[in-house]
Amino acid sequence: MSAEAFLDVQGVTKRFGGFQALSAVSLQVRQGERFGLIGPNGSGKTTLINCISGTLRTDGGRIVFADQDITTLPAHRRTRLGIARSFQIPKPFTSMTVLQNLMIPIEYAGRGHRDGVVDEAMGILGLMGLAAKAHVPSAALTQIEMRKLELARAMAARPRLLVSDEAMAGLSSTEVDDILAILFELNQRGITIVMIEHIMRAVMRFSERIAVLDAGEKIAEGGPDEILADKRVEKAYLGE
Amino acid sequence: MGARSFGAVALAVVVAGLAVTRVLDNQYYYFAGYVVLQYVVLATAWNILGGYTGYVNFGTPAFFALGAYTAVVLIQSLKAPLAIQLVAGAIISGLLGLALGYLTLRLRGVFFSIATLALAVVLQTMFINWEYTGGARGITLVRPASAPLFGNYVQFLFVVMLGLAVLAVATAWWIERSWIGRGLTAIRDNEEAAECMGVPTLRLKLVATTVSGVLMGLAGAPFPYYVTFVEPTSVFDLNYAVNSLAMPMIGGSTTWIGPVIGAVLLGTAQQIATVTISSALNLLLVGLILVAFVILAPEGIVGLVQRLARRSGERTRRSGV
Repeated sequence: MSAEAFLDVQGVTKRFGGFQALSAVSLQVRQGERFGLIGPNGSGKTTLINCISGTLRTDGGRIVFADQDITTLPAHRRTRLGIARSFQIPKPFTSMTVLQNLMIPIEYAGRGHRDGVVDEAMGILGLMGLAAKAHVPSAALTQIEMRKLELARAMAARPRLLVSDEAMAGLSSTEVDDILAILFELNQRGITIVMIEHIMRAVMRFSERIAVLDAGEKIAEGGPDEILADKRVEKAYLGE
Repeated sequence: MGARSFGAVALAVVVAGLAVTRVLDNQYYYFAGYVVLQYVVLATAWNILGGYTGYVNFGTPAFFALGAYTAVVLIQSLKAPLAIQLVAGAIISGLLGLALGYLTLRLRGVFFSIATLALAVVLQTMFINWEYTGGARGITLVRPASAPLFGNYVQFLFVVMLGLAVLAVATAWWIERSWIGRGLTAIRDNEEAAECMGVPTLRLKLVATTVSGVLMGLAGAPFPYYVTFVEPTSVFDLNYAVNSLAMPMIGGSTTWIGPVIGAVLLGTAQQIATVTISSALNLLLVGLILVAFVILAPEGIVGLVQRLARRSGERTRRSGV
């Protein structure tokens, strides 16, 4: 299994003081896959993402990406290797325009060609439907535009693995469809996608495989239908 | 401003400064001008870390004083010339900046600021207890009687500080336009997002603390020859911490010209207040102006001008329709 894994999370553990946020979580994501990560609030999804992207250090276990052990690499190095993420709560560079927001990852993670960077950024903005907003200050965007900017900025890092952390929370159902279409399109282009989401309709439609976290442990993994039929998942969400 | 026009203005400033020393004879103007220029260096240096990167440093006196005391030690031990004092002061304060960065940059926001404040207190205590540099009593130094080409040594120091000011502003100008500056801005806006977008945040912050430290050390190194008497309470003065923070805030902290405007306006106002009213009034003056700016124009003079320009631009467009 691990031979074909693109992202291989092996027994990752994370504690915050006395609180066990993740206990020996393992999962494998294959190249080109659409992988869903779900679980009730506080189950450790975002903590796991933070461990994968490098903003948190693990207290145990290993993370291997594209056959390279990245467990101790700082986040910016992982981004350069091809792991990009969007944030659950949008974190735009507020003093910059939308276009300038994209220039940061293009310049710092995009393996450095100065020529054509504006074209590249405009291309991404076009794909996200943000082209008209390129020169608007990022602080002036609406909620859905902020979400799109999060994805656009992650895309500008030229990821091979995109981790989308609740990109759709709080959006209307047509807006959710918008974001889903974009993610499908990115996947079509060969980008492996890990999606964390509370909106079941979206995860079930999008994911080829899903892992379920509850209280820091992985309690199930499988195709959308298997997950929906799983008694433990039902219990985790609805109680006894 | 493009590289060529920036270079032309910088050259013009230096030439004008040199020309002044040929015509103006009143020594007071050189003493006062030196202080204003010293604040241009300090405010610009502070702004690289505080304005561009968003890390508020209350420890300016530590870097300034370390530059000054490095010069004192070199004068005492080797009678080293000013050029050596400058280079050594820059290196030592730069190293202090690097060390501060390593030790404290994992601290965010207000915790970083408290650490910088503590740094100044610790260093001051050290120099109070170091007899070689005069301890708490201070130390008197003999300024060279004259400088080659300039004759008068104070005029010479004035021109040296003018050169340092141009160097500091040019450094800030370059950083602002380079990939380093864009990375620093990303850190200021959102450090976690910057790191996740490939910005090596720790390394860039170390660049900022080091460059800022180097420039502050440079501002301090000529100080012993300027005042000819160095004591801990004067070089660790609260004035340096407050002014180097207030000047960029008043001028505008997002661009290189802001600290220059702030330092020239506030520095000159303080010099005038010192001779016409009292030197004790300085900090009060700075405090009041700072409060007014924080409330009325939080983006400083540069931001205020940009805002007014935008508004009048809109008005013209609207009346044109």
